[in-house]
Amino acid sequence: MNFWNDPLKIAADWLTGVFTGWGMTPVAANVLIAFLGTLLLITILMVIDIFLVWIERKIVARFQDRIGPNRLGPFGLIQPFADIIKLMIKEDTTPQGADKVVYNLAPMLSMMSVLILWAIVPLAPVMLGVDLNAGMLFIIAAGSIGTLSIIMAGWSSNNKFSVIGAFRQVAVMISFEVPMLAVMLIPTIFAGSMGLNDIIQSQNIWFFFLSPLAALIFLIAAIAELGRAPFDLAEGESELVAGFNIEYSGMKFGMFYAGELLHAFTFGGFWAIMFFGGYRFFGLEKVSPFLAIAVLVFKAMLGYWVIMWVRYTVMRIRIDQMLAFNWKFLTPVSFVLVMVTALMNALLKGADGWLYVTGMILSNVIVGWVSLEIARSAAKQERERIEGPKQVVEAHH
Amino acid sequence: MTGEQVIFLIVGAVTLLSGFMVVTVRNLVHAALWLVATLFGVAIVYTLLNAGFLAVVQVVVYIGAIAILFIFAVMLTRREAAETGAPLNNNWWVGALMAGLTFSGLVYLLQTWSGFSKTASTIPSGFDAISQLGAALTSPQGYVLPFEVASVLLLAALVGAVYLAFNKK
Amino acid sequence: MNEWLYVGLFFIVGLIIPVGAIAVGWLLGPKKPNPIKQSTYECGIEPVGESWVQFKAQYYIFALVFLVFDVETVFLFPWAVKLGQLGLFAVVEGIVFILILVAGLVYTWRKGMLEWV
Repeated sequence: MNFWNDPLKIAADWLTGVFTGWGMTPVAANVLIAFLGTLLLITILMVIDIFLVWIERKIVARFQDRIGPNRLGPFGLIQPFADIIKLMIKEDTTPQGADKVVYNLAPMLSMMSVLILWAIVPLAPVMLGVDLNAGMLFIIAAGSIGTLSIIMAGWSSNNKFSVIGAFRQVAVMISFEVPMLAVMLIPTIFAGSMGLNDIIQSQNIWFFFLSPLAALIFLIAAIAELGRAPFDLAEGESELVAGFNIEYSGMKFGMFYAGELLHAFTFGGFWAIMFFGGYRFFGLEKVSPFLAIAVLVFKAMLGYWVIMWVRYTVMRIRIDQMLAFNWKFLTPVSFVLVMVTALMNALLKGADGWLYVTGMILSNVIVGWVSLEIARSAAKQERERIEGPKQVVEAHH
Repeated sequence: MTGEQVIFLIVGAVTLLSGFMVVTVRNLVHAALWLVATLFGVAIVYTLLNAGFLAVVQVVVYIGAIAILFIFAVMLTRREAAETGAPLNNNWWVGALMAGLTFSGLVYLLQTWSGFSKTASTIPSGFDAISQLGAALTSPQGYVLPFEVASVLLLAALVGAVYLAFNKK
Repeated sequence: MNEWLYVGLFFIVGLIIPVGAIAVGWLLGPKKPNPIKQSTYECGIEPVGESWVQFKAQYYIFALVFLVFDVETVFLFPWAVKLGQLGLFAVVEGIVFILILVAGLVYTWRKGMLEWV
């Protein structure tokens, strides 16, 4: 057991020695070490968050055929730090008539709900916060706290647009949690456990290949949960100015904004963990935990890239279209997918590896194709109802 | 006093305080938020009892769905936040008397209960609660029938809600 | 129990960091409140009427339907965990569970409760 293989255990043992040498009981030393570990992880996350701001601005610029910030530091790398300093020295105003306690609590809860997600993310086989055996539901629980914070923010601002924006945002978020929960059942079925580390360990074949439709539905639902385009009606600048965070400025706004970016990165990480093997890469993770972390961060960045790509490519969707899409298309499709996956899993359980994979992929493709055909014919019926049946144009000689 | 007992006392006190605030605060939205605090306290108590799955389910269902429902109901039907009237009516002393009698009766009855001095047996490591729950929910000797009846119950709730909303429309 | 203690520590530290950041912002910023600055934003004009929006029943109905499906999927998670080791009986049973609730969704759809307007 050397430093490259198991750095956390070595550090923890050394620190325990130091603390018990100072006269603390082993239990208190453990708690203190856990506290320091938490502090370290969250500090690193906040630093990553700062660079996510830079990444986001550079990438949106490239998508829009411009350069992005490039004045402060090489390639504009100092830009996020300047942003933070600007946000910190802004005046801390509270709009008149706002509910002070709730107004100030909302951004803190919003950021907290994102940070606690990293307690269960497995960074490496031996380096993870907690291997909760209810990991999947913990993700949703943290999402509920985030939803609560948005309602608190919207209501307490004493502003009509804020209230409307918050309600719409929360309606979209809770609606899209249903297909997300249903699709999260599928890695659970494959892995036989709800713990994220178990899901990674049982991905000898990436679950993306076993169930591509599930990965796709999870991505769509996650983008809606994050409140990013094309589902960002609540923040649509041309419609509701800034939604629930109209009245927020300074560091409180910074918490919402940075929290949203970190949330997107975290969900890129979860997409990678659930469907793309997490920190695994053909055995590379057994070499050293640092390589495993690097693999995970790389895959999370790829997931974040896909989320950003979707944001800067697709148009915004109207709220009734969003909700209809969720309740009338995604939810039935995801539940049918769960049933089909459970059935195929039971039928093909003892079968050969290749047969299993092919059977699963085929079932996914069939479910996806059938649902698209149904949606297409329903859309055609709707179009004909609105426009009248297509007249057959006779060819004039 | 082990650390666990200290944590339990603190969490219990905070939960009880939040529950008290739910019923005494004048602002309804604040009451809903105190309810969220109470439910969260209950979730922490579940974790102290080693029921991790149940704690997470408590947060997901109660705070993520039911509390949101309460908050929607309060926010969408109230014109001003503080307009609730007096929380106490004239006969509050009857309520206090009944509550006091019930509490002292319970304390008297529970004085002789042996459970207060026993500590719960430790759960063996490797005990996979969720797996056992899954096995229990699907085995014919287990809880298969209540499992299916639960789905029918949820269906009844959905149909009832639709019926009520449909009538009002 | 130890693992939940770690989660609790994450909650506490995760709350301290934003509180700290906002507190730093409060300390460093100027404090010059005046009524114009603190008036609520309404696209550049004075706010008209109260900040209360018309009750839209649809929000509540979506939240209700979400509640039912939330509880349903919570029931399905233990089923999914054990599915690998159980036979076809468990699969059929879970499918019946899901079908009953999909029937509920279809009923809600046909009654027009899933429309936004």
